[in-house]
Amino acid sequence: MGAGIEIGTAETVVFWILGPIALAGALGMVFARNAVHSALFLVNTMLALGVFYVVQEAPFLGAVQIIVYTGAIMILFLFVLMLVGRDSSDSVVETLRGQRVAATVLGIGFAGLVGAGIARATEGMVVTGLEGVQGGAGGAADGNIEAIAGLLFTRYLLAFEVTSALLITAAVGAMVLAHIEREPGSRLTQKERSRARFLTSDHPQTLPGPGVYARANSIAAPGRLPDGSPSEASYATGVEPQVVEELPPGDPAAGGSDAALGTTRGTAR
Amino acid sequence: MNDSPTLADFGQDVWWLVLIKIVGVFGLLVVMTLFAIVFERKVVARMQQRSGPNRVGPRGYLQSLADGLKLAFKEDIMPALADKPVYFLAPVIATIPAFLAFSVIPLGPEVSILGERTPLQLIDAPIGVLVVLACSAMGVYGIVLGGWASGSTYPLLGSLRSAAQMVSYEIAMGLSIVAVFLYAGTMSTSEIVAAQAGDNRLDFFGLTFDGPSWYAVLLPVSFIIYVIAVVGETNRAPFDLPEAESELVGGFHTEYSSLKFALFFLAEYVNMVTVSALAATLFLGGWRAPWPISIWDGANSGWWPLLWFLLKVVAALFVFIWLRGTLPRLRYDQFMRFGWKVLVPTALVWILAVATMRTVSREYDLSSGEVAVYVGLPIAAVVLGVLLVASRKSNEPTRIAAVAAAAGSTNPTEPEVLPPVRTGGARHRPAQRSGPARAEGGFPIPPMDLVVPPSPRLASKEPVAAGAPVASGRRRPSPTPRKDDDA
Repeated sequence: MGAGIEIGTAETVVFWILGPIALAGALGMVFARNAVHSALFLVNTMLALGVFYVVQEAPFLGAVQIIVYTGAIMILFLFVLMLVGRDSSDSVVETLRGQRVAATVLGIGFAGLVGAGIARATEGMVVTGLEGVQGGAGGAADGNIEAIAGLLFTRYLLAFEVTSALLITAAVGAMVLAHIEREPGSRLTQKERSRARFLTSDHPQTLPGPGVYARANSIAAPGRLPDGSPSEASYATGVEPQVVEELPPGDPAAGGSDAALGTTRGTAR
Repeated sequence: MNDSPTLADFGQDVWWLVLIKIVGVFGLLVVMTLFAIVFERKVVARMQQRSGPNRVGPRGYLQSLADGLKLAFKEDIMPALADKPVYFLAPVIATIPAFLAFSVIPLGPEVSILGERTPLQLIDAPIGVLVVLACSAMGVYGIVLGGWASGSTYPLLGSLRSAAQMVSYEIAMGLSIVAVFLYAGTMSTSEIVAAQAGDNRLDFFGLTFDGPSWYAVLLPVSFIIYVIAVVGETNRAPFDLPEAESELVGGFHTEYSSLKFALFFLAEYVNMVTVSALAATLFLGGWRAPWPISIWDGANSGWWPLLWFLLKVVAALFVFIWLRGTLPRLRYDQFMRFGWKVLVPTALVWILAVATMRTVSREYDLSSGEVAVYVGLPIAAVVLGVLLVASRKSNEPTRIAAVAAAAGSTNPTEPEVLPPVRTGGARHRPAQRSGPARAEGGFPIPPMDLVVPPSPRLASKEPVAAGAPVASGRRRPSPTPRKDDDA
């Protein structure tokens, strides 16, 4: 092992800047009322952790932390939170009396215990650096990525495979729970429906909208054919046709819709 | 080859050199964005037989600069329902990773800047390419949060789509790069470029020659998957579902205006440039000159490689634009099915094949020619055969119909079992009897004796026959000068 090495100035500076930011993110995650804000504070903390990994000569771990945890898992969290809706803030009504006080006391107590335990365990430890721990062939001299790959596929192969089997089992279980069995062929495909429309109907193309001759903005009003008569094909699905207020045809004084188009009368010079 | 930088050459620049590189990369990205927007509009216009922007600057090439200035002076709207801090942060979160990702792209070999020898690349790391992946993973947040914070329906739908889309296509993108890592033996971008340096001496049963060394040629499946996946990753057509304007108004940026919108726009184009640059780096030999130019000795030293690199990037950008001008947008389920059921499994099988071939050739000490003959050719033949059979089988009805049509049949299709046409319900759609008659083949034909009915606004009520000019209703033909006035 040998004597410890000095921690670089840059590393210290990065730690004292990002440490408070990571802690603030963690606290913000707990105290934020809005679930999405909570998730964003957690993202902040995870990003800070990723930078810590990179600073401690574990660039691969840092990149994977950002790609997998921040980039994929938290995005899926956000996905679910957004589906829940943005106004579903936490209820502030206590269902168990004294719950908040108890949670505060226990939380602070737990943090104190863990902090004290780690402080005791790391007391008087010498900083050895990555070289000191991983030195030798397949170690840090070969590069961080090679060292991780060597360990992952030799010494920890079983743990690695078992973890992936666990994850796959969870994913398959979720799919089984969410899956709805459908008889094959019970639903028409878009192609089949399109063919059917062409072969059976006289109107395979898009149905007419209100069009250029429309005099009202309501979907209950029919589109107009060029001769001014209503087009029955333009009625919206599921809307009862009714008499709605329409602009009178071609009355400029009433601001009729035809005013802008002008007429053949009165323009001759 | 001395110019080719290694990892040890990085992190030793003086501070002002780092500053110059940062400003240089930033400026390059902004200029490339301005260029890419005009380039896209010009190319798409040419594909659609239009002339495109041609007013601002020489031949319209300053159009995007003018548009950018105009955007900056527009009113900045904060929607009433917006989540203000997140709404403000989202475009920033989208933009910063887009710029960060470019820092690991090698633009050229070692050059001399103001007397200092330095690689033409801001920074490199053993995890170089992973930095780009991490930045694109962070860029998703900008889009997702922008859509959510707008407090509006369409943006929310757009951001939901982008969350699912970008996460799934990032998997395909990551898997496509793995084969490059296997071949190059490194993740550092500068060393991947060095690994494509062209000393790929092939030994084909005693016949030795220089084989192609670009990974686009050596790993074609990876290259194709990468190209498809990054189109999904950058939300470009035909995968632009988060901003599908025919379905979602503007998608995730519907509520954004002014500079915030400009930041989203900037981020999209910077991302395009970055993934194009990464494609050039990983698959197209990076800054190294392509074959006919590489015969010239000076092609791979000095500042020339910057030109080759930019040409490769512009070529990749052109492919993006070409896709947009050619392909219609996919439906969302088709898109997801394609990503998960085609791209990801293909990438996995391909990685397996590449790893197997490398292991076999190393264990039995096979030459590259023998590997190609004994492993590559049989696999390629089997894959092609299976694809041929599968495509013939899936196209069978069409082929039969085409043969029947060529033989003169008017109704070549088999009588089909059609689903019962639902009538009644809430639909108010009386069957039209006045519509155009159906053609024999089942497809409608337009009426051939078209008579344009008179517009109700026109004074003259005579119907206008087809082909005759319809009176515009505004102008009369100018009165012809009469000869008899002179008399």
